[in-house]
Order: sequence, then structure tokens, then C-alpha cells
Amino acid sequence: MNVEPPDRDEAQMIAAILAGDTRQYHELVRPYERSVYKMALSFMKNEPDAEDVAQEAFLKAFRKLADFRGQAKFSTWLISITLNEARSRLRRRNTVPMESLDQATDEGGHISPALLRDWREVPSEALERKEIRAILIEAIGHLSPLYREVLLLRDVEEFSTEETAAALTISPGTVKVRLHRARMMMQKELAPKLKNANPRRRWFQWS
Amino acid sequence: MVIECKHVWNYLSGYLDDSLSPETKELVQRHLEHCEICSAILDSTRNIVVLTADDRVFELPIGYSERLHARLAQEIESHGAPGRKDSGD
Repeated sequence: MNVEPPDRDEAQMIAAILAGDTRQYHELVRPYERSVYKMALSFMKNEPDAEDVAQEAFLKAFRKLADFRGQAKFSTWLISITLNEARSRLRRRNTVPMESLDQATDEGGHISPALLRDWREVPSEALERKEIRAILIEAIGHLSPLYREVLLLRDVEEFSTEETAAALTISPGTVKVRLHRARMMMQKELAPKLKNANPRRRWFQWS
Repeated sequence: MVIECKHVWNYLSGYLDDSLSPETKELVQRHLEHCEICSAILDSTRNIVVLTADDRVFELPIGYSERLHARLAQEIESHGAPGRKDSGD
């Protein structure tokens, strides 16, 4: 998502939309439909709410398009709008304010990874299995919001450290620290589960 | 200089992103060569990062795109070009 699809001049498309060719907005956002939804789902944790947040984010981006001045990439800007939308929905829904939840887990101790002696690679074909996809999404959902958003941008959307910092308005150093902790928490939760889910005798064994 | 497992863990994410200083990278690398536990932690973390990036993890609901563009069309038709209104939100 961080890479603007080739053969597109987004600045030019945005200028055209602002000048009145509003239909081009459909084309402008098409490459980002999936990313925005993933982001929304990781926060809302259910499909109807995620879809609602995604739609709202695209609508808001349209209404505010005149505010987009090309200081960031359109994709980065769109993602921050999505994040804000998801956060404010959760804030309205939760009795406990999000900030206090965030702070409680932001700094703090060392995260010990799950200790293993050997690791048998889980092949990407494993993602064809619904249960494997489900445990990954679940693990992302277990991260507290501060870590989740960094992990989503860096490891799911594959934004660079700088792009992630820009989208979240935090420093690149903070991105690195949070990403590290997020990955360790993912390893801790997932390694034991994936190890058990890994079919050992799936392939013909030569001996 | 020799570093302990616990310290190595602090550098695993940076190691995967190749963002460590050459000296630290070297220290971590030397530790990994003889420590099977840290190697397994590194391998599993790397594997999880690879799986997480896979597009198949998140499935889009059926009809999501159609519903989205229908709603956008509605907005676009009823309001016209953005930024032409008096209020920003």
C-alpha cells in the first residue's frame, strides 16, 4: 500500500477531483480498499463495524480532500484518517478511555519471547487454512492499540519506518521500539500455537 | 565481547530489519551462531513477520467494494466537489 501503483499520478488525480471531476475519486481510492479494511478490522474486530469504519474513512477523505496538500503520500494520509475514525469509534464504545489503556502498556518491562529449541518454518500455504488466518488476526487483535497500529503499518502494510512515523505522528525511534515489542508479543503468543498447527507429515519424506 | 540471550532479544527486530549498527549486528550474529534458542526465536519471529504480511490473512467481505463505491457515488452526487462547502467537516 505504501507504493503508489504505477502509471498513476495521484497528485494530478486529486487536482482533477478538486477541480470538479469528482468521479475520479473512485479510481483514486481503489488500490487502497483492502488496506483500509484491514486496518479497520484490526481495530473493530468484527466485519460489520470494520466495513462501516472503512466506508466512513473514505467518505471523510473525500470531504477533506482539499486539506490534503501533498505533504505526505495520499496513502499515508488516508491511513491516518482510518486510524482516527477507528479510534474515535472505540472511544465512544468503551467506558474506559483508550488513552489510559494505551499508557498502561506503553512503556514497561522486558518482553520475554516464547523459548523454543528449534523452529520448523510454517509455510505460507498454511494460510489457506482458516484456523491459521484466524490465530494471526486474533494475535494482532490482542496487541494494545499503540503496538497494533505500528505492527499493522510496518508488517502488514509494509510501510517504511519513516512513513509509519508520519502516519502516526510519532518519531521513527518510537516506531522501532514499539515494533520490536509488538513483534516479540506476536512471537510469544503465536510461536507455540503455530508450532502445534504445523503439520509435520504433510510432505513426502525422503530418507 | 559476549552478550547474553536476554540482550540479544532486544535486537532481534532491528536485526530482521537490518537496522543495527555494524558492531551490534556482528555481536548478535556471533551469538546466534552458537545459541540454538535465540536462533529459534529469530526464525520464528521472522516467519511470523512473513506470514503477517501475506495478503491472504485478511479476507474482504463479499460485496465490500461494491457497497463502498455505491456509498461514495451517493456522497459525490449529493455534495459535488470537496472543499467547496462552508464547513470543513
